[in-house]
Amino acid sequence: MTLEESRAAYWKANLRLLAVLLTIWFVVSFGLGILLAQPLNTFSIGGYPLGFWFAQQGSMYTFIVLIFFYAWRMNALDRKFDVHEE
Amino acid sequence: MDLQTLSFLVVGATFVLYIGIAIWARAGSTSEFYVAGKGVNPILNGMATAADWMSAASFISMAGLIAFLGFTGGAYLMGWTGGYVLMALLLAPYLRKFGKFTVPEFIGDRFYSKTARIVAVISLLVISITYVIGQMRGVGIAFSNILEMDLAIGLLSGMVVVFIYAVFGGMKGITYTQIAQYVIMIFAYTVPAVFISLTLTGHAFPQIGLGSTLIGEDTQLLQALDQTLMDLGFAAYTSITGMSLLNMFLLTLALMIGTAGLPHVIIRFFTVPRVRDARKSAGFALLFIGILYTTAPAVGAMAMYNFINTVQPGPVGDPQGNVLIEERPDWMLRWERTGLLAFEDKNEDGRLQYYNDQNEEFAEMAREEWGWEGNEFTTIDRDIMVLANPQIANLPNWVIALVAAGGIAAALSTAAGLLLAISSSISHDLMKGVITPGISERAELLSGRIAMAAAILLAGYLGLNPPGFAAEVVALAFGLAAASLFPVLMMGIFLKKMNREGAIAGMLVGLGSTLLYIFLFKGWFFLPGTNMFPDTAEYWLLGINPTGFGVVGAILNFIVAFLVMKITKEPPEHIQHLVEDVRVPRVGTS
Repeated sequence: MTLEESRAAYWKANLRLLAVLLTIWFVVSFGLGILLAQPLNTFSIGGYPLGFWFAQQGSMYTFIVLIFFYAWRMNALDRKFDVHEE
Repeated sequence: MDLQTLSFLVVGATFVLYIGIAIWARAGSTSEFYVAGKGVNPILNGMATAADWMSAASFISMAGLIAFLGFTGGAYLMGWTGGYVLMALLLAPYLRKFGKFTVPEFIGDRFYSKTARIVAVISLLVISITYVIGQMRGVGIAFSNILEMDLAIGLLSGMVVVFIYAVFGGMKGITYTQIAQYVIMIFAYTVPAVFISLTLTGHAFPQIGLGSTLIGEDTQLLQALDQTLMDLGFAAYTSITGMSLLNMFLLTLALMIGTAGLPHVIIRFFTVPRVRDARKSAGFALLFIGILYTTAPAVGAMAMYNFINTVQPGPVGDPQGNVLIEERPDWMLRWERTGLLAFEDKNEDGRLQYYNDQNEEFAEMAREEWGWEGNEFTTIDRDIMVLANPQIANLPNWVIALVAAGGIAAALSTAAGLLLAISSSISHDLMKGVITPGISERAELLSGRIAMAAAILLAGYLGLNPPGFAAEVVALAFGLAAASLFPVLMMGIFLKKMNREGAIAGMLVGLGSTLLYIFLFKGWFFLPGTNMFPDTAEYWLLGINPTGFGVVGAILNFIVAFLVMKITKEPPEHIQHLVEDVRVPRVGTS
């Protein structure tokens, strides 16, 4: 693989990861926490109505996990494509 | 020891700590002054970022805002945390790779244009100065309302402390003070919350307590709150109330995009050694922020529950169901003195009624059946939901002093970050970048310090004489960050072919359209009475609240930039190489 191809492949892998993570980001907050919150409220989790929980607790936990997952996957990608730092 | 003395000791001790850090962490070079020498540990930077970001509004106002909004208050929680996902995934690592000192510097270099840099500086200044006013007001609230001391004295002592560590230490001093401020802030926020959660539900974690049953009953806290509010003519806490779903959606998105585009937070990621540290640091920042943000909804709901049960201890409608004015608790007396709480015995029954008199059907029924003549609380400032918490829960005086110190820490840490963004954009982007490019490093460092001192004086002045529209302008700050900075930063990284013409046109259209929409409903330059339309839902374009318009501004920015890019020259070769280099942590060798 030439340097240019390798870089393009790295960038493509990065964009694919971003697409997956941002989809989760959107679905959990705007989907489950806002648009679908009222129907979800008929279910409950840990004593919370489910939609309310997503809006005021669950989405925030999801965000934290997303960023750490991103950092972990990107560091792995860096090494795979040999663009990692010392 | 009385509250006053104790508070002086606690707040005084934190100030001594900040000054001690300032002496230890002096800045000797521009790199130390602007980015703490790029040597900050990523976990500590996460802590500093959390303090930088969590302002007086997060600490003092947010839980109260949620208490009165219920479910839709989630817009603030999701908006102010979800923006970090955008910042961490789309901006922070790349801007750290770029490796310069300021946000306008990236925009100027990436779009090979001084004009673009100046437009970015203007956006940054409007956003940051607006924000600083709110922080100075926060310091004032902490001193005058919690400690019942003179606002001016409190504000001045806060300014002196910030002056010492920000002017001498620059980003280095600010970073290490922010770490200390985070610890104080989070302790001050969670201690009262844990006690209240224990009292109401028996659970030490407020996050669990909010979903639990009340002690001695078999009803869930949230169900009890829903029922109590409905009995008083309000909408249920967990239902959609306060704003439409569309506006909740837009507000959340505007706060997210705005958060991601805030320059004073972005520059925190310039202080870590490597790209991978920037990624990790963003995760820790949100983790540390999350500790406060997941506690806030519990604080809001529990404070609301306590408040209503204090006013309405007996059954609704029972003549003996409401609290006697003579027997109201001490904390009410205390907050009446500050003017944040006020009531009027409208039906002269010697008791207090709190209910929704805007609900006509309910108000009519309450008048005929129970002789209620209107909601008797004429003022309930939302801020008291956090400020009065320790007293409502009967916590000892040292907790009250701690909450004051926490509020001040929250305000000072954010103010310092903003002041650094302001001074570096003046000394580095305007002086060094545009006006006097030949300036030596020593002279630039000195001009940075002078700009910092001037910014502190301006912020202090505005804090003492707050413009009447301060609250309105904060919405503008987020709208502008969303509509102007975030889109060009993102396109600068993800669209290699984005050029100077596109970026400048995009920023101007985003900035202009958002300002115009806000001015139409809030008045030209916020002058009262100059608004063209009443600020109500039936006049809003497609029902969009001006506070959520930043999203539309951002979309316009993207579209215009893209169209202009299509009909103008593509960026020079070396700029396209710059973008390629920014995209990888290290240039590969294979």
